[in-house]
Amino acid sequence: MTWTPAIDNWIVATGVMAALACALPGNFLVLRRMSMMGDAITHAVLPGLAVAFLMTSSRGSVTMFVGAVLAGLLTTLFTQWVERFGRVDGNAAMGVVFTTLFAVGLILIVRSADHVDLDPSCVLYGSIEQAVLDTVRPFGIAMPRAFLTLLIVFAINAILFGVFYKEFKLSAFDPALATTLGINATVMHYLLMIVVAVTTVAAFEAVGSILVIAMLIVPPATARLLTDRLGVMILLSLVLGAASAGLGHVGAITVPSMIFPEVSDTTTAGVIAVVAGLLFVMALLLSPRHGVISRAVHRWQLNFHIVKQDVLGLVYRLEEHPGEHEQAVQRILQDAMDVRPMVSHWAIGRLVREGLLNRMGGDDVRLTETGREHATRLVRAHRLWETYLERHLDLPAGRLHPTAERFEHVTTETMAKRLADSTDRPAQDPHGRDIPR
Amino acid sequence: MPTIEDILALLTLRDYNTRLVITSTAILGAAAGLIGSFLMLRRRSLMGDALSHATLPGIAIAFLVMVAVGGEGKYLPGLLAGAAIAGLIGVGCVVWITRLSHLRDDTAMGIVLSVFFGLGVALLGVIQNLPGGNKAGLESFIYGKTASMVWSDFVLICGAAVVCMVMCLLFYKELKSLCFDANYARSWGLPTGLLDAMVLALVCVVVVIGLQAVGLILIIALLITPPAAARFWTHRLGMMLVLSVVIGAASGYLGSAVSALFPRMPAGAIIVVVAAILFLVSMLMGPARGVLPRVWRGFVLQHSVLRQHVLRAFYEMNESAHEGELTEVEQTQLSIDRLMAARSWRRTQLLRALRAARREGLVEVASASGGDDENMDGRVYRLTDQGLVVAARNVRNHRLWEMYLIAHADIAPSHVDRDADQVEHVLGDEMVARLEERLRREYPEVLLPKVPISPHVIE
Repeated sequence: MTWTPAIDNWIVATGVMAALACALPGNFLVLRRMSMMGDAITHAVLPGLAVAFLMTSSRGSVTMFVGAVLAGLLTTLFTQWVERFGRVDGNAAMGVVFTTLFAVGLILIVRSADHVDLDPSCVLYGSIEQAVLDTVRPFGIAMPRAFLTLLIVFAINAILFGVFYKEFKLSAFDPALATTLGINATVMHYLLMIVVAVTTVAAFEAVGSILVIAMLIVPPATARLLTDRLGVMILLSLVLGAASAGLGHVGAITVPSMIFPEVSDTTTAGVIAVVAGLLFVMALLLSPRHGVISRAVHRWQLNFHIVKQDVLGLVYRLEEHPGEHEQAVQRILQDAMDVRPMVSHWAIGRLVREGLLNRMGGDDVRLTETGREHATRLVRAHRLWETYLERHLDLPAGRLHPTAERFEHVTTETMAKRLADSTDRPAQDPHGRDIPR
Repeated sequence: MPTIEDILALLTLRDYNTRLVITSTAILGAAAGLIGSFLMLRRRSLMGDALSHATLPGIAIAFLVMVAVGGEGKYLPGLLAGAAIAGLIGVGCVVWITRLSHLRDDTAMGIVLSVFFGLGVALLGVIQNLPGGNKAGLESFIYGKTASMVWSDFVLICGAAVVCMVMCLLFYKELKSLCFDANYARSWGLPTGLLDAMVLALVCVVVVIGLQAVGLILIIALLITPPAAARFWTHRLGMMLVLSVVIGAASGYLGSAVSALFPRMPAGAIIVVVAAILFLVSMLMGPARGVLPRVWRGFVLQHSVLRQHVLRAFYEMNESAHEGELTEVEQTQLSIDRLMAARSWRRTQLLRALRAARREGLVEVASASGGDDENMDGRVYRLTDQGLVVAARNVRNHRLWEMYLIAHADIAPSHVDRDADQVEHVLGDEMVARLEERLRREYPEVLLPKVPISPHVIE
């Protein structure tokens, strides 16, 4: 790996700036279910570029920029028209519009191939490595033109979203509410579309379309997994985008040589997208609230808690009839409640350590004083529920037990008290067993 | 400019090369139109987009693997297999992301599209930097060259089309219930997950075959545009599938024909534009959901509603003057100004409705002295015999509804006029009979064949 500060620092800086500029509007695209807009716009700007070039016959970046932004806006406008007037599904409307615009652009370019030097693939795969070689010197500091453009776009976006934060937020979550509060949701929608079009065009001219599409969607989606608050989500998406850009470039010049000794580096934009994707997968698995793993752990903990309570209830019931039941607790759990032996073994072990059960030698266990208190509450709740369900809901006798079995685990003291009140404090449940106090 | 001869030669497919290109694109269009319909009805049109981008790393990895085992890197079946596998993994990721998180499918598609494509770009970068090897043109795989199609492309496309058709015919009933109501289908015990997977696998086949034959954007467009166009013409799934196939095939056929006739017309792009034109025509003219037919239906309904309002106004204003049911003899003639007071309508609206009613012979001008065609304000109007019959029927319908709403929907008599206004215009004979049946107890007079008295005061 060779790190040339003059080039690599600027590549990272430009990548970070592209990520920052894109992530801001990207948050709202994700929230408003318009994630594919970036993909559509980057394809559909082709006719805008072609027409701008044909009209001015210059490749001056300003005309091309204006043409591309206009084409991007037309994409969103046409998509909305097709969706609204044709009542076409939004996905399909966008697909029809952007493929058509791209095709028109391609035809325009090919038709005027004699006097146009425009390569569609160079438009779509602008590369960040080459972008940093084109430098400008504003205020006497040499910097890549792409970096400067993206810095300006980011600054404008930051100001816009800062000033209209509340308006954007409201119209993203609840356009109807926004309208009643005097915010014109349509205006906010078009403002967002203009921001998206400008950002997309500015960024992909500088660093290539693949990076733009990735940076618009992936960091905000990752942030969305990590938080439920919009402000935090935006900040996180900025951090994640910047991190992907930095790590991506480092990865691009280190990872290939680890696998292919004769290859020194690869396309930075591609690796940035991959890093953003890896961060997303990590969030998908590990996010504290919405993560796959944390949800699985939570579910398992809940199940384990219920098994523990079932063990307590079972031991209580066995002790109600001393001498009759020689069967081990674990066997009953496995046969009657479909609890795996391993799990019930763990549950008994945990209950013994918590001081709720005592081992009596062999598989036999007995409730301790505290254990009896817990178990009494559970069994009481269960039997009160059975009574309640029978009296007030006319549940058939066969359905009483399974329903009460579910409710007993979520019944609080107060609830048990009210259950007792509304069933006139019965001494026995419908099956004729005593309800403990 | 091409001569008629050229065009005929082309359209009848006389030349081998054009025959190959035109039939291939037409068949591909048909296959994509067929399977794309199910994608659209499942609201997953852009899945083709995500899928086709997601194939790139598969192509690159297949190339690398084939070079590593010492084979030819650009061996087509190998590259196609790699593309198909990567595409399926991509689709699987979209499904898993939506299932494992609370993100929407558009976000999942955006993520898969950009990350997979990014991986592909990065791998292509590696391949580009590998020393030696026959690697030129690997990217052009994703853009395709329609004009340079060969016999093997044709065979592949036909194979894919046949597979799609057979599967869709075999599982037509299941796919139909899936598209109509997935939850209902599941409650009937249909394996909806498997069916969805089958649709996506078929899409993957079409995309992979189409990608290398005609390019990425074209195959996305062929999956989306023909079904969207067909939807405007019919509400029936079978008909829609047929139309979608026809539109897809026609786009391929006409598009590649135009491209062959004129110089410098990229076939892929022309096919997309032809499909888009067919879409636009369908969107405007399609009888089932098209814009113009819908506007026309709205216009016709509005017209008939307005006519009913005018006739009712005549009837009710006369009624209040005479107390009780009207006969033709005792009709009062009404001027425009008095009619204007009957409802809140615009003058132009009223005049237009009066003109139409005159044409239909429901209303006549009572005194010719009042004015001429330019100055209609001075005229007085009356119902004709026929008009009186129609007006009486309208008023009767209106009042039946009012009575129904008062008796069965607890609406105050002072408000019922408005509410009845919104529903009365769709009353058919059967509906009237049922209303009479329902109202018999509260209002015995409804069984008499005459106009009941208004249940509220008419101002």
